[in-house]
Amino acid sequence: MTYTLPEPLPDTAIALRVEAEDWRAAVRSVGSALEASGCTDASYSERMIALVEEYGPYIVIAPGLAMAHARPGPDVHASGLAVVTLATPMPFGHAHNDPVSVVIGLAATEADSHVASVAALANVFNDESMVPALAAARDAVEVRQLLSGGASAHDAETDADGSDAAPRSDLS
Amino acid sequence: MPTAPTPPHVLTYPELVKIIAICGAGIGTSEILRVNAVRALGRLDIDAEVTASDVASVAAAAADAQVILTSAELVSRIGATNADVVVIDNYFDLDEITAKLEIAVG
Repeated sequence: MTYTLPEPLPDTAIALRVEAEDWRAAVRSVGSALEASGCTDASYSERMIALVEEYGPYIVIAPGLAMAHARPGPDVHASGLAVVTLATPMPFGHAHNDPVSVVIGLAATEADSHVASVAALANVFNDESMVPALAAARDAVEVRQLLSGGASAHDAETDADGSDAAPRSDLS
Repeated sequence: MPTAPTPPHVLTYPELVKIIAICGAGIGTSEILRVNAVRALGRLDIDAEVTASDVASVAAAAADAQVILTSAELVSRIGATNADVVVIDNYFDLDEITAKLEIAVG
């Protein structure tokens, strides 16, 4: 099977070519998008920043891509995600994957409630052309098109090897 | 895809391999890593239990794990462990994950 994102992202969860002066501003931008789309309060941005301050820029999990997130908490009203692209690629201090051009923000109401969305993201971003394609996206429609099928359409090898069916079964 | 020949050393592994993917909060990047580790293990034809956790609870979660997958920044937070700690640079690079898991599990 192939995971798909549960619903299209609202326009409020997407901000393109944002001018950010540093990595904190970039994370705050995606926090603002999560807030604007009704997922979180403003304090969630600071918690996402605090996680990086505590553990380092490990959220930069692939070239050009940061996946900002924090633990579930009272400032999370709904699980969801947001997408921010940066006008200028921004170093986060990661040894391999800097600079960052796309920041995904993740929020979860419970520790495992958005796992299906995250698994869907894994599908989408296993296509290595996805980060540059998102970074170049001109509007929210293009972002939604990319996230909803761009990768699975191209990534025939991943889809054909049958291993996609396994991730859910070992949770129970 | 066609089934690759299973490396002979994998066949001698006595039990289900237990692998844990670690991130700072246990909900985001570790889940990405977990999903792609399962895919990589599928390529290698290795049966394994793969879970996601956060660094704060890794000591308990990884007590009987053979392999911990994480990023370089978190290695120093893992503490003493008998597991092989495998650093993944690109969480979406199935070739990298497959190659490193093949070494760690083999």
